[in-house]
Amino acid sequence: MNVGKDLVAASATPLILAILSEGESYGYAIIKRVAELSGGELQWTDGMLYPVLHRLERNGYVKAVWGRSESGRERKYYRLTDSGEDELASQRRQWQVVDAALRRTLFKSFQLVFQGG
Amino acid sequence: MAQESEDLKAGARSSLEEGIAEWRSYVRRRQAIHAVDVDELEDHLRSQAGALVEAGLAEGEAFLIAVKRIGALDALSREFAREHSERLWKRLVVAPDAGGDGGLRAKEALVAVGLAIAAAVAVKAPELFGVRMDKDQELPAFYVRNLSLLVLPFLASFFAWKRSLAPLGRVWLAAPFVLAGVVINVMPFAADGHTLILAALHLPMAMWLAVGYAYAGGRWRDPDTRMNYVRFSGEWFIYFVLTALGGGVLMLLTMFIFSAIGLEPDQVLMTWILPCGAAGAVIVAAWLVEAKQSVIENMAPVLTLVFTPLFTLLLLAFLATTAWTGAGLAVERELLIGFDLLLVVVVGLVLYAVSARDPMKAPGLFDALQLVLVVCALLVDAMALWAIAARISEFGFSPNKIAALGENLILLVNLGWSAVLYGRILAGRAPFAKLERWQTAFLPVYATWAWVVAAVFPPVFGFR
Repeated sequence: MNVGKDLVAASATPLILAILSEGESYGYAIIKRVAELSGGELQWTDGMLYPVLHRLERNGYVKAVWGRSESGRERKYYRLTDSGEDELASQRRQWQVVDAALRRTLFKSFQLVFQGG
Repeated sequence: MAQESEDLKAGARSSLEEGIAEWRSYVRRRQAIHAVDVDELEDHLRSQAGALVEAGLAEGEAFLIAVKRIGALDALSREFAREHSERLWKRLVVAPDAGGDGGLRAKEALVAVGLAIAAAVAVKAPELFGVRMDKDQELPAFYVRNLSLLVLPFLASFFAWKRSLAPLGRVWLAAPFVLAGVVINVMPFAADGHTLILAALHLPMAMWLAVGYAYAGGRWRDPDTRMNYVRFSGEWFIYFVLTALGGGVLMLLTMFIFSAIGLEPDQVLMTWILPCGAAGAVIVAAWLVEAKQSVIENMAPVLTLVFTPLFTLLLLAFLATTAWTGAGLAVERELLIGFDLLLVVVVGLVLYAVSARDPMKAPGLFDALQLVLVVCALLVDAMALWAIAARISEFGFSPNKIAALGENLILLVNLGWSAVLYGRILAGRAPFAKLERWQTAFLPVYATWAWVVAAVFPPVFGFR
């Protein structure tokens, strides 16, 4: 199954913020984590992650620092800031509203169909 | 066997490195993706490829898949551009990672600012010896004589430093400035004499060409270097004017704000801010032109492109009108100077059109337009010379008239031969480079004439 483009774009910010709330991370690890969390269903074009990370940096939600990987390569690490925590909380509330509304309509009708069958 | 497998691995590794290097140079061409972003993407690429190799893929395959997963470069570049829209505007002073020589750029900025401050101080230093500027009085004669000598040596020093001019070259560079200082200060000029004014007007011109020697870093015989100095001069002028406009706004606002609290800062503005600012701007403008060289399109050729047709129209209209009405030129005192200025503008248009033209390109409509412009200018000037010749034979010579006449003749020779060359280029009988050579070969003529007017005229005309 392919998740639609708009939905991927909309869910990118909360997903990245949530992953970074687990601790400092970098681009490739974030993508791997997304795949892991979605059971491989959520596929991003890898490169597209970086403009999003840069936007979050510009808005002050994350802070980027150049460091070294375990193999000694230069690597840019991202960390959630305090205002990023706030943004994550706000995103969480917004998605809860969407989720609750969907559960009451879309998913309920699915349940009825399954039960009727 | 083990050796063979090591070799294979090494081969595969180098193919991965080659692939990444090639990919890097490819991505770097995108304006919206900066070098740091490429570094970040490269780390991603290597992590991804490494994971795939661990899963059992060959390095070449792993690389291809990793590149594919990063996504189409066009789409990626678009996303970066959307996030960093400011990157599509080329930046001048703070352009990041233009060539990775950040340290040198910072040092150059320091040297430029230091020399700008030194020039500003030099302009005010005569005050220590009692030469005072006053807002209500004319500029002291000392400044009329020496202004260019107070500022331009610092510009020459900037280029001597930047081009690492050899010690002997530095001596040669200092010579014209010292000579000019002697000529203008030691010769017994009559106060407010015509020859003094002429010398004061012509020395800066000679000094500017001496700066060109420093700019060329000693390679002043090379036509290409000369042409670069012409380009530099045009851009420098534009940047200086822009800086001056900004300075004007600053001074107006200062005046306005301080007058609101009952103070009148014009004495400070006119005797400190204006001269120091102008002197500093000479150096700063030069540094900006050097810094921007490859970053931003040159402005002078663009202005040339806009104004060549307009000046051609003007001259055609003038010629048509005189032919129609049969009116002769009214011989005024300023007539010759006015026509000198016209020729200077036309020579400038030719020069900057030449400076921006690709010598390999076939002659086109614009070259024909240039020829029309030059021929019109020659016709108009011939009319002016005819009128003036009568006046001179009637009233005799004066230093002003001879200087103006000499300039007119020099420009006439330049444009006359330029017209011949344009004609041959349009007929396909000469390469465009001929015209370029002609124009650059002519630069020392200007310098020589400036020196003649400044140093030979005064004794010949008795320092009147």
